[in-house]
Amino acid sequence: MCTLEKRGRLFLLKLTGDGEHRLNPTLLDNIRSAITQIRSDPSSSQSVLITTSDGKFFSNGYDLALAASDPPLRAVMAAKLQSLVADLISLPMPTIAAVTGHASAAGFLLAMSHDYILMRRDRGFLYMSELDIELVLPAWFMSMIRMKVVSPAAKRDVALTAEKITADRGLEMGIVDSSHGSAGETVEAAVKLGEEIVRRGADGHVYGRMRETLLREVLHAIGSNESASNGVRNSGSKFWSSSWRTSTWSAFLLLPRCVGRSARF
Amino acid sequence: MCTLEKRGDLFLLTLTGDDEHRFHPDTISSVLSLLEQAKSQSTRGSVLITTAHGKFFSNGFDLAWAQAAGSQTGAVNRMHQMVESFKPVIAALFDLPMPTIAALNGHAAASGLMFALSHDYVFMRNDRGVLYMSEVDLGLPLPDYFAAMFAAKIGTSIARRELLLSGKKIKGEEAVALGIVDSAAHDSVEGVVDATVSLGQSLAAKKWNGEVYASIRKSLYPGLCAMLSLTAKIAASP
Repeated sequence: MCTLEKRGRLFLLKLTGDGEHRLNPTLLDNIRSAITQIRSDPSSSQSVLITTSDGKFFSNGYDLALAASDPPLRAVMAAKLQSLVADLISLPMPTIAAVTGHASAAGFLLAMSHDYILMRRDRGFLYMSELDIELVLPAWFMSMIRMKVVSPAAKRDVALTAEKITADRGLEMGIVDSSHGSAGETVEAAVKLGEEIVRRGADGHVYGRMRETLLREVLHAIGSNESASNGVRNSGSKFWSSSWRTSTWSAFLLLPRCVGRSARF
Repeated sequence: MCTLEKRGDLFLLTLTGDDEHRFHPDTISSVLSLLEQAKSQSTRGSVLITTAHGKFFSNGFDLAWAQAAGSQTGAVNRMHQMVESFKPVIAALFDLPMPTIAALNGHAAASGLMFALSHDYVFMRNDRGVLYMSEVDLGLPLPDYFAAMFAAKIGTSIARRELLLSGKKIKGEEAVALGIVDSAAHDSVEGVVDATVSLGQSLAAKKWNGEVYASIRKSLYPGLCAMLSLTAKIAASP
């Protein structure tokens, strides 16, 4: 379902197998355990997470077939994904999604939950499919889209045109950070970027708290969703108390990142 | 004053006549009633295209009518009346259960620009017509929902400053560069209308559920929609 590998200071989380990596309860639990494992690693505050996948799909979204056969599972999957995203937002290390296949709906959301999106340009697209399958977008999805897709035209293209966005189009729209010739090259570039980030030596705890502050609106939207119960509130949201004590010099460590994509936040 | 035509899947709303298509209580109520008509006749695959005749898309509120009140208080009251009665027109566009496209034949100023920006897609000409927020030049403050529209639909602080604070008259090419309109690649009225019809047809072919479409649209602009008293009708699944 998913594997976790350590390469030097880099954590490589991979959604395995040739399927659609649909975010069903089991896969979501597996991913969350991997994140827990990462957090408990002693070197975690000087590390980087790279998330990638095997095969044609990064993730094709929730397991809608499962939800159709067992309706209560829809809310379960939503709660688990929200919990995972809250966890990723508070993760004390930079995160990179190496998108080597299609990322649709909740799968696109999962990619956007990372700080960087690197994507292959020869195949695959980012696709908020909800309009095409007659589903409304949940408020917390919209919150993430509003935070991560900044230009009004791009927001409209994502949600209201349901555009199938290739890597280069994603670059234009400010959603994708860089595009690469193949799946292998994308992962290699992610590893290289990860190593570069590690070399800069930022404190992961400070980084995580800054990201929580920047994406505060998304955390609020997740927290205020009633169907997401205790799991969300327990997952590392320390943003209320400690963010304000963050010393300003550490903000400069994030500056090159923000300048490069100044419109992102 | 204004007409609503149906061409296949496309609703064509036209502000007719060679004048400035200023928003006056009568025009406002005609446009509102045509939008309500389009809404009541909408089906899967419906699309709205809005355009106008002559040199102007719309030059804003009818300030002459406001001044004809004869007194300072009277003029202010009439202005207030227009600002308040225009809000439902904007709300109706945000609530419309179909994609909306503005085909700018000419100048769009003040509430005329607001009207254009209330559409999902905006096309203009590159040879004629400017976008202009005249308020700063006329010494008029912005109504709250105007300011909210700019925050929602205009993405960079530079573009917002150029329009709202510099009072700049922005032509097609610059409007595209600033991200205010989707396209200005057209050098005639026919060109811009044809392009919007073409886009309209490709959107119509998706046969989207209009209620879902409107719900997603409103959730893209929560601040503005709250001000327009619009809420998403379909409860979002978590």
